Amino acid sequence: MRVTGGTIEPDQLRDELLDAAAGAYVGFEGWIRNQNEGQEVLRLEYEVYEPLAITEGEKVIAAARTKFPILHAQCVHRSGLLEIGECAVWVGVTSAHRDEAFSACRYIIDQVKVRLPIWKKEHYVEGHSGWVNCERCAQHEDARASGQIAV
Amino acid sequence: MKKHITVRYFAGFREHAGLGEEQLSVDAATAGDVYEQLKHRHGSSEPQGHCKVAINDEMADWSSPINDGDTVLLFPPVAGG
Repeated sequence: MRVTGGTIEPDQLRDELLDAAAGAYVGFEGWIRNQNEGQEVLRLEYEVYEPLAITEGEKVIAAARTKFPILHAQCVHRSGLLEIGECAVWVGVTSAHRDEAFSACRYIIDQVKVRLPIWKKEHYVEGHSGWVNCERCAQHEDARASGQIAV
Repeated sequence: MKKHITVRYFAGFREHAGLGEEQLSVDAATAGDVYEQLKHRHGSSEPQGHCKVAINDEMADWSSPINDGDTVLLFPPVAGG
């Protein structure tokens, strides 16, 4: 598990997993899209608490190894400000056969999204911003933007 | 007996509280007690069940005990990927 403030290069990461015993490689790339829940997104900001993101990510990968007979698994997540189209997260898995590579890759990305201390702030075209999944924070942001709460 | 702890806030919690960290004396047995007290202090209403907590850089549960000198990390709802 790695966290990086630089561009994720999936092809280079894939090459790190090359193994003559592997008959399958499954890679997942999460990209920054230009809209979410009806709002036009301009860019996105990831805050990562790196010490625990790494240890929790390692636990997720270790769990995937016990659940599925895979050869290698790796995950890299971005931090900082990202523009539309950039790769925010990459997961790569190799195995002898495709089924376990697909399953392990799906397991890892699903767990990474719900377990790691990573937060995503969307900056919208209309000028405001909000933390994803944090309803109360979003309400607070909206209220502050409209002047209802003093900064 | 009051316990002296450090509380760290992240993402939306940090913005809501207006600070990243504070030292507090609390009457709290568990991490959940700390959260409930701080919700009132900072006027947050995010349900505990949506959030996560770590103590001294280890993921913890809301029922985890709090000891004098602990650093409690309060994580608002996560959204990786």
